[in-house]
Amino acid sequence: MNIKSQKDFFAGLMFLGVGVAFAWGATTYNVGTGARMGPGYFPLMLGVLMAVLGAAITFKALVVETVGGEKIGKWAWKPLVFIISANVVFGVMLAGVPALKIPAFGLIVAIYAVTFIASMAETGWKVKNTFILATVLAVGSYLAFVMALKLQFPVWPSFITG
Amino acid sequence: MDLISNLSLGFSVAFTPINLLYALAGCVLGTLIGVLPGIGPVATIAMLLPATYALPPVSALIMLAGIYYGAQYGGSTTAILVNLPGESSSVVTCIDGYQMARKGRAGPALAAAGLGSFFAGCVGTLILAAFAPPLTELAFKFGPAEYFSLMVLGLIGAVVLASGSLLKAVSMIVLGLLLGLVGTDVNSGVARFSFDIPELTDGIGFIVIAMGVFGYGEIISNLSQPEHEREVFTAKVSGLFPTKQDFKDMVPAVLRGTFLGSALGILPGGGALLAAFAAYALEKKMKMKPGEVPFGQGNIRGVAGPESANNAGAQTSFIPLLTLGIPPNAVMALMVGAMTIHNIQPGPQVMTSNPELFWGLIASMWIGNAMLIVLNLPLIGMWIKLLTVPYRYLFPAIVLFCAIGVYSTNNNTWDIWMVAIFGVIGYLFIKLGAEPAPLLLGFILGPMMEENLRRALLLSRGDWSVFVTRPLSAGLLAAGALMLVIVLLPAVKNKREEAFVEE
Repeated sequence: MNIKSQKDFFAGLMFLGVGVAFAWGATTYNVGTGARMGPGYFPLMLGVLMAVLGAAITFKALVVETVGGEKIGKWAWKPLVFIISANVVFGVMLAGVPALKIPAFGLIVAIYAVTFIASMAETGWKVKNTFILATVLAVGSYLAFVMALKLQFPVWPSFITG
Repeated sequence: MDLISNLSLGFSVAFTPINLLYALAGCVLGTLIGVLPGIGPVATIAMLLPATYALPPVSALIMLAGIYYGAQYGGSTTAILVNLPGESSSVVTCIDGYQMARKGRAGPALAAAGLGSFFAGCVGTLILAAFAPPLTELAFKFGPAEYFSLMVLGLIGAVVLASGSLLKAVSMIVLGLLLGLVGTDVNSGVARFSFDIPELTDGIGFIVIAMGVFGYGEIISNLSQPEHEREVFTAKVSGLFPTKQDFKDMVPAVLRGTFLGSALGILPGGGALLAAFAAYALEKKMKMKPGEVPFGQGNIRGVAGPESANNAGAQTSFIPLLTLGIPPNAVMALMVGAMTIHNIQPGPQVMTSNPELFWGLIASMWIGNAMLIVLNLPLIGMWIKLLTVPYRYLFPAIVLFCAIGVYSTNNNTWDIWMVAIFGVIGYLFIKLGAEPAPLLLGFILGPMMEENLRRALLLSRGDWSVFVTRPLSAGLLAAGALMLVIVLLPAVKNKREEAFVEE
């Protein structure tokens, strides 16, 4: 059987899978009855509903013709990896990860890290421009978040401030 | 005339030079902080609440009202300019507002949001002053069954938000409802779907999902196109102000939004929240004029309607707060907190025991709203300049602000890891053609829906027919069913037309 709409086919599978997972998870809690609902009742209902919807979408994707097959297309691995890792590195740098013995580097270092890693998501980024951007963002963030709003951030590396 | 004397009392309290100054200061602060993605009105007020401790009660509330409106408008600004909803109601503004910005019409979109909100705020204030007592009785008629049906109606309305497949939109709503259930169950104390992670027992944050799915997902998808094809924003910016035609399209949408928002705002607990979604659904169902831009591609009605509904709802939501003592949303809850700090016990008695404060507060809401227009219309030019910054400098900054905003809501790196996960999920949604706006509505309504379903069925001893035997509830469900039929009809018609073509 041919897949008529690739997007819908996989979206349906995703909903089906997540629905089953939620429904299965819900059965591990007390389900109860309509009059005395346990914590599992509503999630079980919704999980089953979503699984059914997912199955319907998948089925439709196999049957109903679409123009051009609605291909998912190439995954943009490069931006995906760089943007998400920029975000994760920001968290690691900002507050450190005690479990892995990574010290907190503070806000300023984290901003430079984010800007450089995020910029790499695009081809043709330039070290000099990115450096200027990072400096502008670092100074601006320091003024706005630390000086003006007094948000609680570790600003400088913990091994310097102690 | 009670109305006139009440309002004039309010304005005499609120309309002093020093209070106007506080209103202005509040608006400026609120707007500045509100434009930072991830920091919505709630976080802004929470942050700036201590700054108002030293002020006299009325001035403090006026400043808070200014902050509230400033932050809310700031949130709409980021929604329009960079597709980042700072709070639940701007999710809807994102849909058409951002598309307008991409087409170089950010100016009219921002103006529509501001003017629509202002108009709705004025009407809301009047309604509040005139009809507070009789409207309360309507809210009393709403039991759990009615709330559940109202939410079902709201969710069916959300289906209209998506421009693609109906089934996928429904699935996204259900997914949102399920995500909203993650965390500790309020009735039994059981931590659901938390995988024994302490942070997850508090549930998933709205900001985390909004930033991840809307912010990161969009950036990744934009970057996946080669630079010369990308064209996130057109270089050509046409007009800072709405044209005559824009006004013509806008005015009816604003009126409809205001009406809908005022009506839904009266219902305690989530009524005002549904207003923006319901208004968008309504606009989308209205007949298109020839030559009008389709919804989802930058229709000005899709900005004006929801923004006014949201604001009108915010005003009338004072009615449940003051008569039933239920704060309709987190911002109002903070306002109540501010009142208690100043030794005022919120509740029905405020109206009689502190009339100058009650009416002063209502007048101050209006002043905050008016101040915002004065402040923001000149700023539109500046916001638009922001869009001329090349995307390659804009997107690292957006990533940074998302990360900072998410971190600062709880001062916890956990939220940063979560937003990374939702960023990946958001990109997956884009790839699979599943639109995220309905998911967010479901996410917000999930816990409330479960609560009301539980209560309704507990009261009826497990009898599901309670939803159709209570007239108000049945009416709401019937409206939902009707809406579903209207949504489905075009699809049926298209099929028929296709069949004819094949023959």
